[in-house]
Amino acid sequence: MKIHEYQAKQLLKQHQIPVPRGVVAVNVEQALAGAQELGDGPWVVKAQIHAGGRGKGGGVRVTRTMEECRQAIEAILGMQLVTHQTGPGGQQVGTILIEEGCDIAREIYCGMVIDRAREKPVLMASAEGGMDIEEVAATRPDAIFFEEIDLENGLSEQAARSVAARLDLEGKTIDQFVDVVCKLARVFVEEDCSLAEINPMVVTTSGDVIALDAKINFDDNAEFRHPDHAELRDLAEEDPRETRASEWDLSYVGMDGTIGCMVNGAGLAMATMDIIKLHGGEPANFLDVGGTATADRVTEAFKIILEDPDVAAILVNIFGGIIRCDLIAEGIVQAARETQLQVPLIVRLEGNSVAEGHALLESSGIHVISADDLADAARKAVAAAEGGRG
Amino acid sequence: MSILVNSDTRMIVQGFTGRNGTLHSEQMIEYGTHIVGGVTPGKGGSRHLDLPVFDDVVTARRETDANASIIYVPARFAAAAVIEAAEAGIPFMVCITEGIPTLDMIRAKDAVRANGARLLGANCPGIITPGECKAGIMPGFIHRPGTVGVVSRSGTLTYEAVHQVTQMGLGQSTCVGIGGDPIIGTTFLDVLKLFNDDPATESIVMVGEIGGTAEEDAADFIASEVKKPVVGFIAGRTAPPGRRMGHAGAIVSGGKGTADDKIAALERAGARVADSPAGIGTTLSELLAAQN
Repeated sequence: MKIHEYQAKQLLKQHQIPVPRGVVAVNVEQALAGAQELGDGPWVVKAQIHAGGRGKGGGVRVTRTMEECRQAIEAILGMQLVTHQTGPGGQQVGTILIEEGCDIAREIYCGMVIDRAREKPVLMASAEGGMDIEEVAATRPDAIFFEEIDLENGLSEQAARSVAARLDLEGKTIDQFVDVVCKLARVFVEEDCSLAEINPMVVTTSGDVIALDAKINFDDNAEFRHPDHAELRDLAEEDPRETRASEWDLSYVGMDGTIGCMVNGAGLAMATMDIIKLHGGEPANFLDVGGTATADRVTEAFKIILEDPDVAAILVNIFGGIIRCDLIAEGIVQAARETQLQVPLIVRLEGNSVAEGHALLESSGIHVISADDLADAARKAVAAAEGGRG
Repeated sequence: MSILVNSDTRMIVQGFTGRNGTLHSEQMIEYGTHIVGGVTPGKGGSRHLDLPVFDDVVTARRETDANASIIYVPARFAAAAVIEAAEAGIPFMVCITEGIPTLDMIRAKDAVRANGARLLGANCPGIITPGECKAGIMPGFIHRPGTVGVVSRSGTLTYEAVHQVTQMGLGQSTCVGIGGDPIIGTTFLDVLKLFNDDPATESIVMVGEIGGTAEEDAADFIASEVKKPVVGFIAGRTAPPGRRMGHAGAIVSGGKGTADDKIAALERAGARVADSPAGIGTTLSELLAAQN
């Protein structure tokens, strides 16, 4: 789960990590009052959306006068912000963060993730603050310093000092840096983060360390331990179909094609998308119905798939291991009836109780194009989607 | 011969009396797996499926001489169940549970390592040596005994691959689902080493997915050590980029993790990679025919 910058900063502040003074606003009056409260400027006005690249898209502005600040607030609040991570439609800005400016002497990158190879959380730091870490990794991998984080003892002070030395920090900045990264490591473990990033971490002209930007993602699997995280969720940032799908324990990702897919298992769902493409079609979505697909869930899956107006055919691919094909077939029949299905439906069933499943579909009276295997299913789905369009 | 499980495997089930534990225990017993008992805290001393139930793994191991455990415990307690089994001296455990927090898995794997045990999973379909032992949730009837070793990160896509192999008239030595989580007990590399050393495994099918670099690590090993024919498939060529992991997730692997990278690595290593998920069986069959 992703949260906004201002929420991440509130979390950091709770852990005594220094962040700039700031106010959060959802309308212009509130924003102006907040700016005044912060003092005489300069002010930084920052759009609060989950996607990165906000600055380049015009979602972050540094302003020197109250008039400039007002203009920035009016421009950013409500704007459709397009960045490399939002897609071409952009994301509407409903909330802004206004912060006091600070004197920047240096910008450092500091991030924490799970390193799959080390099987540990790690601190990554680099002197190239403000830059995308992916870019640094691609061009200058040696410029990134790694230290492991222990789950019981956190990041050791020794490791943090060693990174500070490699970053050529000096004087009191070293102690502040060590303090901040050790606290961030604690946040990472205590809050079950999958990402905790301060980029840039700023060293001011007076040598103080401040988290100028912050990004935190939580491990969805650990949310049962953190009921307080629920209120940090921003539904406006999510695809409503994905949100509804998740309420039904369905895993859905919308795409641009014309063939709606319903598959059991994430790997098989990806492979089904791949084979559609291989046969000249384009998948409209990824949808994993999981291992316990009831008739109601299959019906809901169909509804979500059919909300996409580009869908010209539906391909159902089920390999029954845990689930029985006849139960899935019942679900398909119910779903086709309830949604008054108008597009061609291609069904490939294999595995547990497959003969009963086919029999059920055949006797149901709904029009189903049966497929013998995965390749046959893809061929038939591509042909049906094209036929439906032409 | 086979790897990790066979007719000598004496298995206990953790989460034995729960809905999933019961359903799959019944199916494993029906397949012929030698289940010797189960563990459900608070139900020790009772019987379930005509087998003894114990309060903890230490007692279960002492009373049954089990040498493996399969775990169907709910996600929030699953890592603790793995740790309990490892500390009780169970040498091999399979964790089926899906949705375990990543940090819990790191702790569990540390405990497994510290006790010299081996963990398969979590979030996996399990492992089967056809005709001998089924430790998992896979449909047993699609398998048949043979010489092809199958290893995969997925569940149902593994069944797809196995089904195709069987339809080609071939059977499997052992099929291993290693699981799709970022931190897993047994990796592709671990399984490839076992298959490479197993005289009963004459060829290998490896089904990977986008994300991480486990397939690339496996490819390095194939290139240097594996003389047996290897067929690969990588799912996720069409997955939209950036949707699978957050901002900095790919950074540690230095930009690796795409399907194309993995396919290229496997091909460089000498493996034959199927273009289509429907072509895994035929690719293997052709490769074996060309070698004979």
